[in-house]
Amino acid sequence: MTVRLLRSVVGLALTSAILAVIMYRLNSPLAAVFELSVCSGLISVIFITTVSFTQRISKERLIIRRKERLLRFLYLPFIIIIAGLLLLRYLKIPQFDLPQPAQVTDARVVLWSLRHLDLLGQAIIIIAGVFGVVVFFKEPNK
Amino acid sequence: MNPDTFELFRYFIIFIALLFIAGVYCVLISFNLIRALIGLEILIKAVTLLIILAGYISGRAALAQAIVLTLIVIEIVIMVVAGGVVLWAFKYNKTIDPRRLSNLRG
Repeated sequence: MTVRLLRSVVGLALTSAILAVIMYRLNSPLAAVFELSVCSGLISVIFITTVSFTQRISKERLIIRRKERLLRFLYLPFIIIIAGLLLLRYLKIPQFDLPQPAQVTDARVVLWSLRHLDLLGQAIIIIAGVFGVVVFFKEPNK
Repeated sequence: MNPDTFELFRYFIIFIALLFIAGVYCVLISFNLIRALIGLEILIKAVTLLIILAGYISGRAALAQAIVLTLIVIEIVIMVVAGGVVLWAFKYNKTIDPRRLSNLRG
């Protein structure tokens, strides 16, 4: 179970790396670097730490669970293929006029000058996350 | 919008929709909290790609990047807290199967 979970985590990290390449190709190098370092690196570390703190299940239960899981995830490739074919066939996006390109083209200027309220929100969310983790790992008073 | 950009937009939208479907399926079907979190990550990645694509198509890549940076920070906090929830559930129930989390009854 644990090995399979670790494989899933590595697969997620690879997905993040591919997404970072796509972002770089779509003129977003700063977001690509963040995606590669944070999502591909830090989140993998968080997942691996979480997996390492959990226990491996017994072999008998592992065999039963594997069969169950295969049956549950068996439909996913078919759903993806069918949905992909249907979308390719029927998805029609109407032509629309695009707005004028922005004057400011540097993400750092946008973040620090135009969207500085986002930074405040980020700080609040990080503090809330820290408090959440502290509450979860606090030992109860005896 | 020129036809090439429009075709690129259409294919990306289809790819993002499929990524979203895969994430939703993973969240709904998984009986393992860590796998459900991985499904949630896939959902967030689909949204991230959609924002970057919108920035690229509209010529506002800088704004899209600023929004994605905020999204990544929120994603990290969600994952850290959710990891804490998973470990908390394992500590008190010795399992991360949501069907067996019996002490969550109100």
